[in-house]
Amino acid sequence: MGKTLFEKTWDSHVVDKVEGGLEILYIDRHFIHEVTSPQAFDGIRKRGTGLFRKEKIVATADHNVPTINQHLPIQDPLSRFQVDTLIRNCDEFGIELYGLGHPFQGIVHVIGPELGITKPGMTIVCGDSHTSTHGAFGTIAFGIGTSQVEQVMATQCLLLERPKTMRITIDGELGKGVYAKDIILHIISKLTTAGGTGYFVEYAGSAIKALSMEARMTICNMSIEMGARGGMIAPDETTFNYIKGREFAPKGEEFEEAVEYWSTLYSDDDAVFDAEHTFDATEIEPMITYGTNPGMGVGITKSIPTKAIKGNEASFAHSLDYMGFKAGDKLIGKQIDHVFIGSCTNSRIEDLRIVANYVRGKKKAGNVKAMIVPGSKQVEEQARREGLHEILREAGFELRSPGCSACLGMNDDKVPPGKYCISTSNRNFEGRQGPGARTMLVSPFTAAVIAIEGKIVDVRNYVEEGVNI
Amino acid sequence: MDKFKHLKTTAIPLPSQDIDTDQIIPARFLKATSREGFGENLFRDWRFNEDGEPKKDFVLNNTDYSGSILVAGRNFGCGSSREHAAWALVDYGFRVVISSYFADIFKGNALNNGLLPIQVSDEVLDMLLTNVESNPALEIEVDLEAQTLSVPSINLLESFDINSYKKTCLLNGYDDIDFLLSKMNKIKEFENNYRGF
Ligand code: SF4
Repeated sequence: MGKTLFEKTWDSHVVDKVEGGLEILYIDRHFIHEVTSPQAFDGIRKRGTGLFRKEKIVATADHNVPTINQHLPIQDPLSRFQVDTLIRNCDEFGIELYGLGHPFQGIVHVIGPELGITKPGMTIVCGDSHTSTHGAFGTIAFGIGTSQVEQVMATQCLLLERPKTMRITIDGELGKGVYAKDIILHIISKLTTAGGTGYFVEYAGSAIKALSMEARMTICNMSIEMGARGGMIAPDETTFNYIKGREFAPKGEEFEEAVEYWSTLYSDDDAVFDAEHTFDATEIEPMITYGTNPGMGVGITKSIPTKAIKGNEASFAHSLDYMGFKAGDKLIGKQIDHVFIGSCTNSRIEDLRIVANYVRGKKKAGNVKAMIVPGSKQVEEQARREGLHEILREAGFELRSPGCSACLGMNDDKVPPGKYCISTSNRNFEGRQGPGARTMLVSPFTAAVIAIEGKIVDVRNYVEEGVNI
Repeated sequence: MDKFKHLKTTAIPLPSQDIDTDQIIPARFLKATSREGFGENLFRDWRFNEDGEPKKDFVLNNTDYSGSILVAGRNFGCGSSREHAAWALVDYGFRVVISSYFADIFKGNALNNGLLPIQVSDEVLDMLLTNVESNPALEIEVDLEAQTLSVPSINLLESFDINSYKKTCLLNGYDDIDFLLSKMNKIKEFENNYRGF
């Protein structure tokens, strides 16, 4: 019997199988950031183990950094202490740190791929659940807790139960105004937030093949929102071309050799998955969420469902109450207050281009506060080189410096209580963007159109021929 | 990590489903650099209003209910990988969470911190929630060695699953790092034969 992409990659990293069906998995790259690492460093110090392979760790400051005046000392004393602690720890243990002010700084899941650190066939972990993003390259990448951060620091390994495998196939061509974000929101709305629990997902099919690397990252990024440990896509020419020439990509002959190996990473024809789902790309609409988990999404012209799925009645009512909506409401025409374009889901250069292309020569609606936070310093610089920042500024968008920002509201970038925020991030949980904030998840294109219109509209009517990438 | 063998206590019911880690501990309280003290902000936005006043209708503010077992709705702990969620529950005083479904990362984090996640069927969960809600004095008994959950007063005796290695860890109070450190020779041997990246 053949093997799945997941099995090929996993098997090549198994150090040993132990009691209770657990396996010791070797980890190739470990990303750390200021929020989930300090307690792990403490643990390492207490145990006195030191770091086993410090060269396999890359650090950045992203979760709680301010997105204005990054050159000044951080105002919030707790955030400053956390970032300073990261600097001190990296210094003490000799870890490469792309901190504030470094040209490579940015959201950890944006910088890994753009620097060519993320490569097919690797195992990658980070104390952040959206580590699944890196799976777009055909890597096994997943989020871990702080105790596991400590494990990887001490031993470069994790003790894990092997997840089951699931394949999600999406065939067909996407309609106009429909993007990768809509694909994944559609899938989660069908499979629910627990539909992937216990599984590692492979995305396949012609609709996935046709996507750029950045769009593939958007899909894999949100695998965790259906409960899956991670998601991956078999590497192909698109992948190889993306990696080629990047800072830490293999060069010359080494690159050719690498491609040869990467080309073996696909699911064999006779490989068997524990679960399979298929979707038709032509049926996917621009999506929007109306509730307080990413599974509560609908096509933008649809109404909010009239009832919850069985057993979820209490949470459903509570959720709509929190959002200020009623079951059966139409979303079209609803006024919104904030637009946030950013997060590791949608803050890459293609996302910024999509937004800039649409808002060029237009002005945001008067009732809207619109903010764009690029995913990294490199994205910010690239946008500047392409003149996107001018276009965005003229349209009335506030342009910030890189960080997680209003994705999780750890810094000052919060949405006020009761306000509606159209957001390109990945989580619409209660209070995620600030206490009482009402988040609605969408694609960057949808966010751009709504920023200009000031209310929810069928964005398909706003696709302009020739500029819709 | 504290050892876990046996526990008999009253429980606190929280029937909401899909309780995500942002509810358990909101991100703005993640700025600490040690593991302690997170219990203070457990379920912060459900427990307190904006001025820090306790919300009367939230179960942790209802003095009728107490105990170190949390009985929670389906799909507990979804969302972020923050281990702070497990720390907050432990710091508050919980040793067991019962639900009919747990998010993967949360489950792992809980086990690494001596917090036992017990998965039961939807029916058993419903029954437990109904009984705990109507009778705050109801005692639940957990025996990790025997892998049983029992409530004699309502004739409930359920066995639960737990990975045998994780069980040994909990019973003895040791963790994955201790185990992995004992395998360093194997790990180095693996590296010697590994193509690497
Ligand atoms: S942008 Fe949001 S989801 Fe992504 S790493 Fe930062 S906090 Fe996590």
